Amino acid sequence: MPIYEPGRRVAIIAGVRTPFAKAGTTLRALSAIELGKIAVSELVHRTNLDPKTLDLLVFGTVIPNVVAPNIAREIALMPLLPKGVDAFSVSRACASANQAITDAADQIALGHADIAIAGGSESLSTVPILHSRGFSDTLVAASKAKTIGQRVQAFSKLRGKDFIPITPAIAEPTTGESMGQSAEKMAKINGITREAQDELTLASHMNAAKGTKDGRLTAEIVPVVAGPKYEAVTDDNIIRPDTTLEALAALRPVFDKRYGSITAGNASPLTDGAAAVLLMREDVAKALGFTPTAYIRSYAYAALDPGEQLLQAPVLAAPKALQRAGLTLKDMDLVEMHEAFAAQVLSNLKGFESKEWAARAGLSAPLGEVDRAKLNVMGGSVSIGHPFGATGARITTTLVNELARRGGQFGLMTVCAAGGLGFSMVVERA
Amino acid sequence: MSKALTLEMVDGIAVLTFDLKNESINKFSPAVIEEFTAMIEQLDKDTSVKGAVLISGKPGTFIAGADIDQFLEFKTAKDAQTASAFGHAMMTRIEKGRVPVVAAIEGACLGGGLEFALACAYRIAADTPKTVLALPEVQLGLIPGAGGTQRLPRRVGLQVALDMILTGKNVRAKKALQTALVDELVHPSILRSVAIQRAKELAAGSIQRNEDDRKHGAKEILLDDNPIGRTVVFRQAREMTQKKSKGHYPALFAAIDAVQASFSGTPEQGFAEEARLFGEMAMTSVCKELMFLFYATTSLKKDAGIGADVQPRKIDRIAVLGTGFMGAGIASITVPQGVPVRFKDTAPAQVAKGIAAVRDVLKDKLIKRQVTRQQFDDQMSLVSGTTEYTGFARLPMVIEAVFEDLSVKHKVIAEAEAVLPPDAIFATNTSTIPITKIAAGSKRPAQVIGMHFFSPVHKMPLLEVIVTPQTAPEVTATVVDFGRKIGKTVIIVNDAPGFYVNRILAPYVNEAGLLLDEGVAIDAIDKAMGQFGFPVGPINLIDEVGLDIAGKSGGIMAEAFGGRMTPSTALQKVLSAGRLGRKGKSGFYTYDEKGKRGDVDESVYQLYAGGTKRITVERSDIQRRLSLAMVNEAARCLEEGIIKSARDGDIGAVFGIGFPPFRGGPFRHMDAVGLAEVVKQLEALNAKNPGRFVPAKILVEMARDGKRFYPAAGKPV
Repeated sequence: MPIYEPGRRVAIIAGVRTPFAKAGTTLRALSAIELGKIAVSELVHRTNLDPKTLDLLVFGTVIPNVVAPNIAREIALMPLLPKGVDAFSVSRACASANQAITDAADQIALGHADIAIAGGSESLSTVPILHSRGFSDTLVAASKAKTIGQRVQAFSKLRGKDFIPITPAIAEPTTGESMGQSAEKMAKINGITREAQDELTLASHMNAAKGTKDGRLTAEIVPVVAGPKYEAVTDDNIIRPDTTLEALAALRPVFDKRYGSITAGNASPLTDGAAAVLLMREDVAKALGFTPTAYIRSYAYAALDPGEQLLQAPVLAAPKALQRAGLTLKDMDLVEMHEAFAAQVLSNLKGFESKEWAARAGLSAPLGEVDRAKLNVMGGSVSIGHPFGATGARITTTLVNELARRGGQFGLMTVCAAGGLGFSMVVERA
Repeated sequence: MSKALTLEMVDGIAVLTFDLKNESINKFSPAVIEEFTAMIEQLDKDTSVKGAVLISGKPGTFIAGADIDQFLEFKTAKDAQTASAFGHAMMTRIEKGRVPVVAAIEGACLGGGLEFALACAYRIAADTPKTVLALPEVQLGLIPGAGGTQRLPRRVGLQVALDMILTGKNVRAKKALQTALVDELVHPSILRSVAIQRAKELAAGSIQRNEDDRKHGAKEILLDDNPIGRTVVFRQAREMTQKKSKGHYPALFAAIDAVQASFSGTPEQGFAEEARLFGEMAMTSVCKELMFLFYATTSLKKDAGIGADVQPRKIDRIAVLGTGFMGAGIASITVPQGVPVRFKDTAPAQVAKGIAAVRDVLKDKLIKRQVTRQQFDDQMSLVSGTTEYTGFARLPMVIEAVFEDLSVKHKVIAEAEAVLPPDAIFATNTSTIPITKIAAGSKRPAQVIGMHFFSPVHKMPLLEVIVTPQTAPEVTATVVDFGRKIGKTVIIVNDAPGFYVNRILAPYVNEAGLLLDEGVAIDAIDKAMGQFGFPVGPINLIDEVGLDIAGKSGGIMAEAFGGRMTPSTALQKVLSAGRLGRKGKSGFYTYDEKGKRGDVDESVYQLYAGGTKRITVERSDIQRRLSLAMVNEAARCLEEGIIKSARDGDIGAVFGIGFPPFRGGPFRHMDAVGLAEVVKQLEALNAKNPGRFVPAKILVEMARDGKRFYPAAGKPV
């Protein structure tokens, strides 16, 4: 039972992304806006889309640029696109690009738009550094001062600690727990061993390396020319084809040095990159001669207490998405699960098999076991990298392309996100 | 009398709208000057009129200057001088009249237009990109003749004034405010109302006419504002001008003289001197030839020779195949027009190289503040690349700039046609391969056309569009239109070896090589042609182009035209010695690490029979041999129909090779020398060098019939 009416289904035509690069490396010179422009521009070129037919651009980002907060609009204003393309930005932590895609899809299904581009972008090389509250209060007071005396007085209130800048932390504002600490906690609660995490990490790297070598991943990438050298950046630079279990095992735990199991190896690294997909209604695609790669069959979001298991909400979202699709886990030919941490993936998988989580999701029986041969077959965020705002669009692109290549029918995607949020989508090959 | 001015009274302010009937722009003719003078006299008499505003009724133009058709009527220097004095009278009438006049400037304010604005009591510019102010007279071999050399230094100071007058460059609205060329800068929608307000204030005396609001910093006080400083400035200006113009452009010196006169005697004497010098310059051959080039380029824009009923298609995106120097150059002038460019090359590294090269060109414009950061980012965002012909399905046109090899060209044409829409144009930027041969590899030869750009593409103004007998007129029209859109002067040339520009260059360069063979010194040849007026000498040019390329093209020309283009041994010997020219930092001249040219590399002479012992040949003989070899070949091109007209031939040579603009081009030059004399000189040279200087048939016939390429008087084209 697809969520969109027959004939008005939302088609995913194609997707493009930039290489994903470890923050501070090959893409460090580019802002999230610039990365987004490159992905969107290439998508328009590759699909031979007439820019005049584009109605909407929705983009996600997690750490927005404070002087240009509506990243979607900044991207849409590049001269390749007409100024009349509507654009808005969304924020749902690591599922931001998914939110962009489902918002765009809903607008298309409603008939408010025919053709949309959705995606996300993140530059973790260029995060904004903020002044402390004390310092910014002083600056505001000084700007209101009418005399030099008042200005001096405003600055006289500054204390040493006010000069310490604030960098955005990847931590939960409500619990104060960092993402790593949350994952560490989940590993302990769900009994996820270090070995299991490292094995999943190795599989992620091997699958990604294979996808790169045989060109399946490379086909989704637009080479980027970025300063300071202005040479072609063609490849993801986090994937390590030569890594081994021994090498992974040698890494020290980061968040709990004594009893911990989360290492720099089995967690997704800070990454720069952008990704975008082209969406249009089935009838529009047909009329304009576009060949859809897949259709969105259903999607769902879910939320839980971030103080509990921060990244476990996909376990609640997936059953909803499957139910809305009228399908079961067994019907899935591929499963793409966002890898924030290997421990989180393994916790999510365990949740799929758990009666308790089934009960919480309102199911009489657990979803079941995911066939590992169908899971993240071209790698995941641990190996490819995780530019927060972009990941959802990368996964969507890879899932629909691989589904088409394999001739499978259905694919499931899940994405965990900060705040205890989860996302899941079912796609159907066109 | 034509009514160019309309008058509307607003609160005692006469708002005059200048809107010349049946013209796209406003310009000053004697009739318009009379009307202006009468109008200002009428306003001065009418005591109900307190002030006046002059505003243009033409969008994008305030006043574009004098109607230069009237300049063609000047028979003597006296005629021109009288016309100048006539303009002075009107300007002084406005400046000194009872009624203060405010110039409300939106759009081009050039030449006489700016001189008019300078005579007004107050100037307001509209803040639009089209608002530019300039005194471009020197570009026509003239000097400002309506008071510009006298009033401008008073407004903006001596140094800024000399810079404007000697370059003729456009000053944008913001810059005009900074230099006090205008008093105010406003949004175009309030231009009229602010101008009326200021006219009222001028009438009430709350602001003064022509208040001095320019900057008086240390530099201005030291140089502009005292006689000793000005002496220094004038001396430097003359030295610099001599160096830059090599003495070929007398108007530059006349302009300096006129400006200097504004500081020596009474204002009346200054105006009289300006008029005298204007008259003198109007009679120079330099002025005649530069005027010709103006008319020729204008007529070329109106009619490139395609036929009026053929409509060009709109090119809203292109692909460029090959990301080398030429491909990147083409992209770098296309994206500023808002047209996306898709690069195609074999490897991502190659594509990246092309994108980086485009960036270099655009970055240079950013550094020079010709574009804003936003424009730079926008333009760069229009460049994309592929290694697999993705994104070609909707392209209306591709330009091929791959390696100069017919089989490579045929390969890419087949690959591109497989993915392009059926009506796409395939343009090839070859410089040596006939278009017909390239088109033979196409399924759609009617859509194949040549676009011969010159290197570096972003600097060289000419584009040769080469058509084959099969090329569809609509394809030609589209490519010509696109070429103009990206800022090129476009001539249409029929397909033949060397097309036009390289064809006439070949015997010229070859003759230089033959002089080397005979034992003449490298610098003697280059200096002779530099003095003739070429921007670089022929041997220097070979170094710039690259000896390998020059050698290859020489071979092709020899094969096609035989005897008269038989290559010199000089070039071949140097090339065989492994010298490639500037790109190899080793050629006829020495080059440093960065590729900057030094003196003649004397070691080259070791390769020749005579060694460093060089023979002396009269400079005029060198000039005659080289220039005649070129112009004779140009005549052959006209005879054979390679070019459609002498006009196209002159424009091609001036804008493509740098044929001395003050000589107008090969055909203008032959007219000036006299065709009978040209034939006589050719025959004399041919007697000494049998076969190389056989006069073109067309020259012999025209000389016999006493004909010229252009009319002796009146409009040249």
